[in-house]
Amino acid sequence: MSLDPLFLSRIQFAWVIAWHFLLPAFTVGLASFIAVLEGLHLATGREIYFRISTFWIRIFAVSFGMGVVSGIVMPFQLGTNWSRYSDATANVISPLLAYEGLTAFFLEAAFLGVLLFGRNLVPRWAHFVAALMVALGTLASTFWILATNSWMQTPAGYTMVDGRFAPTDWLQIIFSPSFPYRLAHTVDAVYITTGFVVGGVAAFYLLRERFVEEARIMLSMTLWLLTVLVPLQMFLGDQHGLNTLERQPAKLAAIEAIWTTERRVPLNLFAIPDEQAEADHYVISIPDLGSLILTRDPNGTVRGLKDFPVDERPPVAIPFFAFRIMVGIGLLMLALVAIGWWLRWKGELFDERWFLRLCVLASPLGFVAVLAGWATTEVGRQPWTVYGLLRTADSVTPSLTGVDVALSLAGYSLVYILVFATGIALMLRIVRGGPAAADAEPEDEIESGRPQQPVRALPVGRAGSRT
Amino acid sequence: MTALVFDFVPIWTLILGVGVFLYVLLDGFDLGVGILYGLAPDRDARNLVMNSIAPIWDGNETWLVLGGVALLAAFPLAFAIILPAVYFPLLVMLLSLIFRGVAFEFRYRDAEHRTFWDHGFCYGSMLGAFAQGVVLGAFIEGFEIDGRHFAGSSIDCFTPFTFLTGVALVFGYALLGAGWLVLKTEGPLQDWARRLGRVAFIGVLVAIAAVSLWTPLLQPSIASRWFSWPNIALLSPVPIATALIAYWEWRSLNDRSEVAPFVGAVLLFVMSYLGIAISMWPMIVPYKYTLWEAASSEATQAFLAVGTLFLLPVILMYTGWSYWVFRGKVREDIGYH
Ligand code: HDD
Ligand code: HEM
Ligand code: HEM
Repeated sequence: MSLDPLFLSRIQFAWVIAWHFLLPAFTVGLASFIAVLEGLHLATGREIYFRISTFWIRIFAVSFGMGVVSGIVMPFQLGTNWSRYSDATANVISPLLAYEGLTAFFLEAAFLGVLLFGRNLVPRWAHFVAALMVALGTLASTFWILATNSWMQTPAGYTMVDGRFAPTDWLQIIFSPSFPYRLAHTVDAVYITTGFVVGGVAAFYLLRERFVEEARIMLSMTLWLLTVLVPLQMFLGDQHGLNTLERQPAKLAAIEAIWTTERRVPLNLFAIPDEQAEADHYVISIPDLGSLILTRDPNGTVRGLKDFPVDERPPVAIPFFAFRIMVGIGLLMLALVAIGWWLRWKGELFDERWFLRLCVLASPLGFVAVLAGWATTEVGRQPWTVYGLLRTADSVTPSLTGVDVALSLAGYSLVYILVFATGIALMLRIVRGGPAAADAEPEDEIESGRPQQPVRALPVGRAGSRT
Repeated sequence: MTALVFDFVPIWTLILGVGVFLYVLLDGFDLGVGILYGLAPDRDARNLVMNSIAPIWDGNETWLVLGGVALLAAFPLAFAIILPAVYFPLLVMLLSLIFRGVAFEFRYRDAEHRTFWDHGFCYGSMLGAFAQGVVLGAFIEGFEIDGRHFAGSSIDCFTPFTFLTGVALVFGYALLGAGWLVLKTEGPLQDWARRLGRVAFIGVLVAIAAVSLWTPLLQPSIASRWFSWPNIALLSPVPIATALIAYWEWRSLNDRSEVAPFVGAVLLFVMSYLGIAISMWPMIVPYKYTLWEAASSEATQAFLAVGTLFLLPVILMYTGWSYWVFRGKVREDIGYH
């Protein structure tokens, strides 16, 4: 097999963005959680919120650092591997990416220092404001990047000039038709993801009977949060899907593995889609439910893949299975939340060991669902980078050879596995240490390269001489 | 669209020019500190050296992102041609920056492998700097272009000249880093930084001379820009000022002044940057497309300019503030082991 630069570039992009997304999926949620804890600490003055917050800030520092370094890779990917895409779309998407830098990254970078190491240097309210600003920065980043992605999914507000996109209406570009759904569904997803991590860590402590007071607060808080967010996510997902049906019908047909356009389509629970035969094998389905969900009418008509030219159909298997993984996880999450409430009602939430074990097991579920959701979205968009307008095959850099991309992909694979695996292991180590270790921090933090030291240098410096 | 009569290209040239220069300066000194880190005499010194940049490196690197997306936004044709042409140097740079960036947290949390992350920090900084120098050299040499695409091979950028510019930038950043350390440390460590600064300075001097002589040989247009009458007279202040600054820098590395070595290094970078700008003007894709030809649509430049001109001063204020918070010497007597 010869090396295909297009195929390898796609693998490489999927690899680097999947890692990059996993980290913000956690840091966006965690930043908000920390801001809430700091707010509670400020409002109630209870020391326990301070301990929990300090603990999560340490994990946040590791995860944020990895988010930053993996993020810096991203804009360069667009130039190195997708230069024709960059040339064609820059007039439209570049300001969105640039505004992400201007409104989000600098804000995060500036207030991160105060959040992590400035607790003793600034008044308490100012520390809270710093936490709030970091959380706001991460949300601003999400806003702009999803605006960019949504425009690629459902382009609006542009005209074509010499084969390139030119902007006509910035509001339409930013608020493209799929953007509100994607923004709401993704922000909810990252909060849910974080919620399950925090809940899992709390359950872990309860099982070990360590840090019980902290763990109870964490578990209780996340249960409240998830009670609202998980059902909301299903509603938002449903709305998102209806919008996709309208705007990207081929993607939706792939998600549901529907081949022929007809009325009364069933809902496929399981199938092995076969693109050659244009049919599904081993189907397990519920009659009429497909039409009912998608058109709100059991008699409704849904378009099938055969309606689209072969070279305008996305791959079917990946969106089909990825979507089922995501929805399956959503249902599982709902079940867990329901059990949680049942136990809380019986007053056994913090004691029922099998439930606590389930919570520990469930802690990575959000990450899986998020990746599955993105695989659905991005693979379902194929064969386009800008839906219906610019093909992926016409987006790739023309000068690249297969060997070039094979080498770079090998480099990204090795380094990411080494670095991010270490990072995850280190975060788990912090979890094992627990919130109490956070109190003892000043002594062992000293080795850290992080600003701890220069911050503490300050009072001495103030008293002494300065250059 | 209503036709906009205003020409945004000069504004964007300025924003991009300042943005890239701020990156070179800010990440330059912290990459330089990383380069020198490997030569630090002992663990105490290493801790101190790393802590001198720990609070600010993240903000510094954000300028790289801004430089990249500002190039995409203002001169997308340049982005689409230049980035593929320097595919491998950018790959090396990005991977190096990953190692270097995570080392701040990891070397502390992962004490068993501290030496590994120490090396990652030092070699990551050095390779990252070298790769940026190769990018610069490739930019000066120019690219093989077909219409709106880079048409050469991904290894075209590895030439003796780009190797030279790579090494030059390592020395340059090391000099900035040494200047920073002189500013932030005292006693024996400061003397150590001065010593390394002198070594780096000699490297920089040789490199500036070599690049200045080699560049006109590479490109007749650059030779005629500098050496034709009356340019040769009009531009002569540039080399003369550079020589004066170099002399001052050498003196301040040898006497007791604390701020001057850093300022001198910065000024040397300003002069080199100016020299390259003069050689290249008004090209953004060397010898092929001018700034105006590579520019994005007026609507794009206008939409982004409005926010940028408002936000950049605010950003500069925060950044200044964060440097202010961490001002003064990094001191040993407050708990460094
Ligand atoms: C915790 C994570 C999570 C959970 C539990 C769910 N989703 Fe989701 N989903 C995402 C996380 C996510 C995501 C990663 O955030 C995606 C990728 C792109 C996007 O907009 O959100 C996504 C995409 C996505 C899409 C693709 C839209 C498109 O690309 O056009 C649809 C149709 C749904 N979701 C629907 C659902 C439904 C009906 C769910 C009910 C159980 C559900 N999702 C649960
Ligand atoms: C600014 C936002 C984004 C841009 C510009 C972008 C652009 C692209 C491009 C150019 C490709 C290559 C085409 C291909 O491989 O099929 C791609 C594919 C992909 N992207 Fe996105 N993307 C964005 C957001 C995301 C996000 C947030 C994710 C989630 C993690 C994501 C996940 C993927 C995946 C998994 C692929 C591979 C699809 C495949 O191989 O078929 N993308 N994207
Ligand atoms: C093509 C897609 C993307 C590009 C080009 C991109 C670019 C970047 C860059 C350059 C950084 C580093 C910023 C710094 O230096 O401080 C970064 C960090 C970050 N990005 Fe992305 N990004 C992409 C996708 C996403 C998505 C989909 C999200 C969120 C939903 C996101 C959220 C963040 C956040 C929150 C950070 C801060 C670091 C962190 O929290 O871990 N990015 N991104």
